Amino acid sequence: MTTYFNEMFQDGEVRIPYARLEGWTKRMPDALRHMKQAEAEALFRRIGITFAVYGEGGDPDRLIPFDMFPRVFTAAEWARLERGIKQRARALNAFLVDVYGRGEIVRAGRIPAHLVYRNAAFEKSVVGFVPPKGVYSHIVGIDLVRTGPDEFFVLEDNCRTPSGVSYMLENREIMMRMFPDLFRENRIEPVDSYPLLLRRTLASVAPAKCKGDPTIVILTPGHFNSAYYEHSFLADLMGVELVEGQDLFVEGEYVWMRTTEGPKRVDVIYRRIDDAYIDPLCFRPDSMLGVPGLMDVYRSGGVNICSCPGAGVADDKAVYTFVPEMIRFYLGEEPILNNVPTWQCAKEDDRKYVLENLKDLVVKEVHGSGGYGMLVGPKSTKDQIERFHARIKDDPGNYIAQPTLALSTTPTFVNEGIAPRHVDLRPYCLVGERVELVPGGLTRVALTEGSLVVNSSQGGGVKDTWVLAE
Amino acid sequence: MLSRTADNLFWIARYMERAETMARLLEVGARISLLPSVHGYRSEWDSLLQASGTADGFDRKYAEPVARNIESYLFFDHDNPSSVASCLRQARENGRIVRTALTTQVWDALNTAFQELKQLERQPRSELELTQLTDWVTRHAAMVRGSIGATLLRNDGYDFLNLGYCLERADATARLLDVKYYVLLPRVEFVGSGLDNYQWMTLLRALSLHRAFHWTYAGEITARKIADFLILNPQSPRSLVASVEGINHALHRLGRAYGRETVAQVRGRQLNDMLERVTVEDIFDEGMHEFLTRFIGDVATLGYHVWESYLTGDVR
Repeated sequence: MTTYFNEMFQDGEVRIPYARLEGWTKRMPDALRHMKQAEAEALFRRIGITFAVYGEGGDPDRLIPFDMFPRVFTAAEWARLERGIKQRARALNAFLVDVYGRGEIVRAGRIPAHLVYRNAAFEKSVVGFVPPKGVYSHIVGIDLVRTGPDEFFVLEDNCRTPSGVSYMLENREIMMRMFPDLFRENRIEPVDSYPLLLRRTLASVAPAKCKGDPTIVILTPGHFNSAYYEHSFLADLMGVELVEGQDLFVEGEYVWMRTTEGPKRVDVIYRRIDDAYIDPLCFRPDSMLGVPGLMDVYRSGGVNICSCPGAGVADDKAVYTFVPEMIRFYLGEEPILNNVPTWQCAKEDDRKYVLENLKDLVVKEVHGSGGYGMLVGPKSTKDQIERFHARIKDDPGNYIAQPTLALSTTPTFVNEGIAPRHVDLRPYCLVGERVELVPGGLTRVALTEGSLVVNSSQGGGVKDTWVLAE
Repeated sequence: MLSRTADNLFWIARYMERAETMARLLEVGARISLLPSVHGYRSEWDSLLQASGTADGFDRKYAEPVARNIESYLFFDHDNPSSVASCLRQARENGRIVRTALTTQVWDALNTAFQELKQLERQPRSELELTQLTDWVTRHAAMVRGSIGATLLRNDGYDFLNLGYCLERADATARLLDVKYYVLLPRVEFVGSGLDNYQWMTLLRALSLHRAFHWTYAGEITARKIADFLILNPQSPRSLVASVEGINHALHRLGRAYGRETVAQVRGRQLNDMLERVTVEDIFDEGMHEFLTRFIGDVATLGYHVWESYLTGDVR
């Protein structure tokens, strides 16, 4: 039987970061806890944070369950994570500039050419183009899991438009409102500078043609999108307009937005829609979400698009295996955070191993996300395993496999009281003129006992994440 | 301000006002149907559907224009785009889209109405009295309007909200008046009859204006007095002239804030001038129905110019 690292209790002792939380839980009888939980839910519903799950129908105003038990890191733990995350974000951006430029890493034989140039996310239309400040991915979400006191692994990178940061901010707001005492007793690093840093990051990558203060907008697919709340939340906190494709148009060398006072020039677009939809003239012609002609303006330096089209080639699950190589190649450093060992089903030896050991492995689609299309071997029925066996054989290039990690647990409020549940962590690293990281992130928790899938689309919840000050 | 944001704000107001009008219409219908129908005229409920412009949709869905069906259709039915439920949902959805242009209080008011509506929809219809429902609507409409007035920045967004309210109200009062005058009364010889008076009273009551009317015009209720009250009297909060004044006030502020006038301001002033010049006699000479029809058309044209000048983002 696997033993899991419990972030609060180790060998019967309370670990230091959680020292002050034990008393807190003891002071809170069940009745009070239920009241607080109801209060938290009412607050979330009132501010309107809800989350629609694709393909499930049901209540479009569903809440992501919020667990009040915080997850805590010490300053020292965080300092190491921060170095590792920033290192990775820098390497990923260096890689993107390289593969859309001379492709040195491929020429040097450190990563196979087909993985890059045949990759569905490789964007031919930006080859040879270097975006402002040489940054392709301005918001890098790095999913981390923990298996021991000092063992952290990167599960995957998100270089396009990682979501969830609004939960990081709102979880903190709600905790501060409901348990001010906790924040007096514990010295917790604030996270609320994130919107300001994001704005500064976006402003720092304004295109060359922009003189003076850049006009920044957030481009959303619209209010039916499951992350719409987050889009409007960030726009509000940054003080920028939240636009849809129909609000923008291209004329001359620039992009303009339709305002009540006539057209206004736009310099930086933080887009929360996929590459395929941003410009029907360049990508999917049937897209109603994008702006015709946007890519032409982008390539001629009239506007910047964050993250840049084509950034996805760096967060592909097959390219992921090579991120440690990138760190060595571009930065001349050893990776601070390790990858999870990964088998590429495209390789014959790997595939053989994967097919023989499916019951012990986690199998993912190379381009999948949100916990869909994945197999967690130890938690699956024989039937499910056999089905995946066939799917991998059909299209091996589409799958990778990883060992089932012994994900750490943190105490979580459940119906029966407090019980350990598995968690992961997504910090949001900002890359512009500087590389910034607020001390915190989104902790996702698998609320079902024993479950290792933390995705909110699969019944996961969220927690406030604390980094203690020195 | 983003044109689409202005558009959403404009429609929050229009839908809230429309929900309220729909509730008030239902109240008119319910009260009039309490009168014994000894005169052999056609069903008032049917007139109500005509008035709200929803008769076709209703006929497609229900056979009998009986009270319960009409209440359901005008209040709860999502297939009816003008039902109270549809309007409240649309208002809240428009609010959700421009959440950041609203204060917490305004959003709260919109969202609370919506959440309570969902609860009402789950309750058995037999437990719900119509008057309770209409009171509920006017209360929430007042909460939204009140939170707008008390908490929102007096910027262009505020003007677009008021523009929406006043345009919708001008249209609604004109239609309600037209219903009473043109649709409800069965034959011309009923003018001045008990039935006629009862209907006028009901109309005023539905507009929450019956006391105000008596304060302003002592004595008998006549069509002329009512026409003066609901069309030409600037003291009357739902009168056409008061609504058009509100429209012009918002347009004037927008013109000043943006430093330019558009065709909307010009048309708004024309409409105002017309109402200031016209007398009750003129209206009856032209024919009340003809006058109201013309007015409704003018308001629609003005709405079009607002859209063209501000809500498309194309005017330079």
